[in-house]
Amino acid sequence: MTALSSALLPSPLLAVTGLEQSFGGVMALAGVSFQVAEGLIYAVIGPNGAGKTTLFNALCGFYQPSAGSIRFADQELLGLPPHRIAARGIARTFQNLQLFFNMTVVENVMVGCHLRARTHLLAAALRLPWVQRQEQQLREWAIAALELCELADRAGQPAGSLPYGLMKRVEIARALAAKPRLLLLDEPAAGLNDTETMALRDLIGRIRANGVTVLLVEHHMPLVMGVSDRLLVLDYGSVLAEGAPADIQADPRVVAAYLGGAVNYAV
Amino acid sequence: MPELLLQFLVTGITVGSLYALVGLGFALIYNASDVVNFAQGEFVMLGAMTAIALLNAGMPLLLAAIIATSLTVLVGLLLERFAIEPAAGASVVTTIIITIGAAIFLRGVALLLWGKDFHALPPFSGEAPIRLGGATVLPQSLWVLGVTVALVLLVRVFLNRTLLGKALLACSFNRTAAQAVGINVKAMLRLAYGLSAGLGALAGILIAPITFSSYEAGVMLGLKGFSAAIVGGIGNPMGAVAGGLLLGVLEALGAGLVSSGYKDAIAFLFVLMVLFFEPTGLFGHKAAERV
Amino acid sequence: MRLAGFYLFALGVALLPILFPDNYFVIVVGASAGLHVILAVGLNLLMGYAGQISLGHAAFFGMGAYASAILTTRFGWPSLLALAAGLLATGALAWLFARPILRLRGHYLAMATLGFGVIVHVILVQATQWTGGPDGLSGIPALNLLGWRVDGDEQWYGVIMAAMLLVVWLTLNLVDSQVGRALRAVHGSEFAAQMMGVDTGRAKTQVFVISALFAAFAGSLFAHQQAFVSPDSFNLTVSVELVTMVVLGGLASTFGAVCGAIALTLLQQGLVVFEDYEMLIHGALLMAVMIFMPQGLFVGLSQAARRVRHRLKRRQPLPST
Repeated sequence: MTALSSALLPSPLLAVTGLEQSFGGVMALAGVSFQVAEGLIYAVIGPNGAGKTTLFNALCGFYQPSAGSIRFADQELLGLPPHRIAARGIARTFQNLQLFFNMTVVENVMVGCHLRARTHLLAAALRLPWVQRQEQQLREWAIAALELCELADRAGQPAGSLPYGLMKRVEIARALAAKPRLLLLDEPAAGLNDTETMALRDLIGRIRANGVTVLLVEHHMPLVMGVSDRLLVLDYGSVLAEGAPADIQADPRVVAAYLGGAVNYAV
Repeated sequence: MPELLLQFLVTGITVGSLYALVGLGFALIYNASDVVNFAQGEFVMLGAMTAIALLNAGMPLLLAAIIATSLTVLVGLLLERFAIEPAAGASVVTTIIITIGAAIFLRGVALLLWGKDFHALPPFSGEAPIRLGGATVLPQSLWVLGVTVALVLLVRVFLNRTLLGKALLACSFNRTAAQAVGINVKAMLRLAYGLSAGLGALAGILIAPITFSSYEAGVMLGLKGFSAAIVGGIGNPMGAVAGGLLLGVLEALGAGLVSSGYKDAIAFLFVLMVLFFEPTGLFGHKAAERV
Repeated sequence: MRLAGFYLFALGVALLPILFPDNYFVIVVGASAGLHVILAVGLNLLMGYAGQISLGHAAFFGMGAYASAILTTRFGWPSLLALAAGLLATGALAWLFARPILRLRGHYLAMATLGFGVIVHVILVQATQWTGGPDGLSGIPALNLLGWRVDGDEQWYGVIMAAMLLVVWLTLNLVDSQVGRALRAVHGSEFAAQMMGVDTGRAKTQVFVISALFAAFAGSLFAHQQAFVSPDSFNLTVSVELVTMVVLGGLASTFGAVCGAIALTLLQQGLVVFEDYEMLIHGALLMAVMIFMPQGLFVGLSQAARRVRHRLKRRQPLPST
């Protein structure tokens, strides 16, 4: 990309530059750089241990990378604690379920609305009228997020009573309830059967249609190739390739390192 | 002034030896089961009180001490079998309450058996104080020190040199892996409880001639032992010993230089500071784990 | 809907002295249970909802009590002002202490709160010129509520029950709000809660302060009701009893904490009959409940009841629908 064309393009929603993260001498991320334009579905793939989840955790402020920069909507995220990063408009799901099992489905999603709510301790304890009205509002928002994820009929159930596939979907609804600009999905298809994976693919499409940019870590190649606009391939903490799905599938280095037979599945 | 400091040091090390033994017990049990045993102080009390009762019944001291220790070990094994084992996998809060319940229960038993009176053992070898460069040392303090050193060395050799001891340590690193290589984790648990109870009982018998004992004597001792284990880095046996000695000396200095009434407050203030600034303990978990 | 249980509970509290007129046991033990409920409900917010153990809660109880005792007897402050000052001081201390202590987890947190409790107790015993030392402070004047001097067991029953109902109502509201959900989220998964934008450090600090304030409030009432305070009412044993109430009732349920507080108060009254056996039975019961019903007496019992009902139902022939 020439300097001229990059100046004409709108600045990307997310720009990661030279991100480094090491654990006890092992470089989990060795200078990773990429950019995600607003409105895209952007997938990060790579073999196990390539640094995908580490990248997510660094983006969310859970790790403190030793070098690099993470610019989101033209503001630096590096050094902010997770709840401040969330407030900038990033939401995520987790590879290992992190549902609030001590709550119902709709309560889980209402926690997701946290940033859109006024939280005043004394007002809540005194059950002031505006708190009651807000409760109603939060519930409506939560139900709307559940409807998008086709979970509205499960709203009142304890989160832990749902089958695994639905629990993963509750996490997506919870993240969407925050009305994020960027949604990080960490292996949303892991553990899902084929029908559920197809439904997930439709759901990711609907999410994008709602104006949310999606960053996706996933092993399920048919899903990744079918749904993403661009791909980033990580290997040993470094970027191996970046581009459109067709280019990635044709890239001999990627095929050699990772994709192998999976390319044949491509839609 | 230097003599006074020396005196505080001697007192501190004597009391600290006691904390060290109790803390060592905490660490052993924590290693084997991830449980902090709040009944640890009760082992000390039971050892002392049983030995006193047996001595008063006309038994010679050595025999009384041996039987008292054995009985306390039995209590430790029973505690493990009937209170800890059935609650395997319970949450931290649950196990804390179970062992607190056990402590109250044992205190209740002691109250029934021996009433609310204070009791003491006669010193093992007379009361004539020994002069030591300006400080006076009770012969009993030397007993406490000597036996503590011997016990700590024995435990250390046991943990590092014997197969059984290594198996016990293996449990603390990774219980599933330990099970996979054929270590009987349940037996290790019992071993840890028996060993801790025995160490506690011996500590109680050693100190009984210096500080009076009653059914409530174990409460504060248990807390100090727990503190020693925390200061030393929880689950680190030799760290707990060092933590106990440090706590004892600090307490003696605080009692002597500030106020004896505030000595417990000083000890716990120190523990809080350690937790706030060095929450993994002063003697880093991994560094002191292996010799 | 959520408050239906609360109204029922309030009705029961109001009816008790009418159903049992001039009954010393109901009035006095009831008032004592009421104070325990305030303490347990506050501690449950911290332990049950935010998932943070405290083995030093009696310290906050004692600070409220001693603030009222010292300010009214030594400085002649009006009782309501002393109560407010006690709340303020306790709240401020809890707030200062919350950040460093709540960074700790599990056994470390247990040790730190325990140490805090011991330190406060030692100060109550040792700072004789202020606290009266081990003998305590007596002659605490009656609580004066804008001209009404609370006097006699019946009046105290009324005041403590009103205070208790207020605390339970506030707690139920709080738990059922976005603030309360954020708190439960911290317990459920701290990392996920952070990613929802919950400032978990702030949430934990807030709940620590609230539970300290409830305890100080109970302490202040206790000091005026007894007209006497001594360090023994605020030692480690009391802290352990408070934790027992919360766990006995079942964590993360406000009414569970209410039931646990009432159950332990009644148990203590009942065990007095056994004199020297009291401790032994207390310890054995504590172990038994935690081993066999780790979710608490009330969840445990209701599950047992359900099992029995289930078994009975299975014996009957299936209805033909």
